[in-house]
Amino acid sequence: MSDVLTIAGKAYSSRLLVGSGKYASFAQNAEAAEASGAEIVTVAIRRVNLGQDAGAPNLLDFIKPERYTLLPNTAGCYTAEDAIRTCRLARELLDGHTLVKLEVLGDPKTLYPDITATLEATKVLVKEGFEVMVYCTDDPIQCKRLEELGCVAVMPLAAPIGSGLGIQNRYNILTIVENAKVPIIVDAGVGTASDAAIAMELGCDGVLMNTAIAEAKNPVLMASAMRHAIIAGREAFLAGRMPMRRYASASSPIAGVIG
Amino acid sequence: MTLQVNGQPQALPEPATLEGLVDALDLTGKRLAIEHNGQIIPRSVWAQTAVADEDRIEIVKAIGGG
Repeated sequence: MSDVLTIAGKAYSSRLLVGSGKYASFAQNAEAAEASGAEIVTVAIRRVNLGQDAGAPNLLDFIKPERYTLLPNTAGCYTAEDAIRTCRLARELLDGHTLVKLEVLGDPKTLYPDITATLEATKVLVKEGFEVMVYCTDDPIQCKRLEELGCVAVMPLAAPIGSGLGIQNRYNILTIVENAKVPIIVDAGVGTASDAAIAMELGCDGVLMNTAIAEAKNPVLMASAMRHAIIAGREAFLAGRMPMRRYASASSPIAGVIG
Repeated sequence: MTLQVNGQPQALPEPATLEGLVDALDLTGKRLAIEHNGQIIPRSVWAQTAVADEDRIEIVKAIGGG
């Protein structure tokens, strides 16, 4: 298939990126990731629990670095400094891996990005050789700035993280897509399969989601639904939809109607 | 000596290295990254990196996240 998603020089056949949080078990997480067809999976970086982690199963035994492109995130960071520090730790943890998802949050209620701190962290990380996929607001100007700073993908939210509200900003997303020279990936807000399809129909290059799959009653089935929705939305975008009209336009010929 | 490991006091007999600390915590062989007094120390040099009383150590791993 020639319609690939290229991020930092690497081609992916799937345009769905999935998270690894909120699952009932590592096994369920692995099964959902498999069903989603995703090739990129986000992970978080956290302190080990002293005294509890010895002998405990590890996420990376289930979501294997040989199988997936891991995307360490800076979730939970509220300052540029903490986010930069987390990326450096991730690089060491994953043996020199430079692809990261940068998110610098503004407040815990909205989990909206602190865009000033995000820009600041981006500059440092790009300079240090990281390949930055950046979670950001849906402001077309800021998205362009982040692209200009060297981000390998720009990932505006469609609604707050974990809200499942769907694509609440389709005209902003459309403007961002039209302006972009790097992949635009909707990160956050998707709740169900039709939301993912809408994002792709708008021309997004991919969708990153976690809660929509993990909090579904049947996460593995929802992962499969999302895989299909992403493909359907992408194909519809490439096909080019019909124009909308206010009034009907008969599908059957008028000529030859009886009577 | 007592180190601050992930914000908690951790006693360790002297002399000790980062490798010794990882071993004492029963974390040998796990995929980890370590920050020693704010500096990331590559896994390859844990055995040669001495730790001293009151050093601040952060030990992190990958967990599930979105």
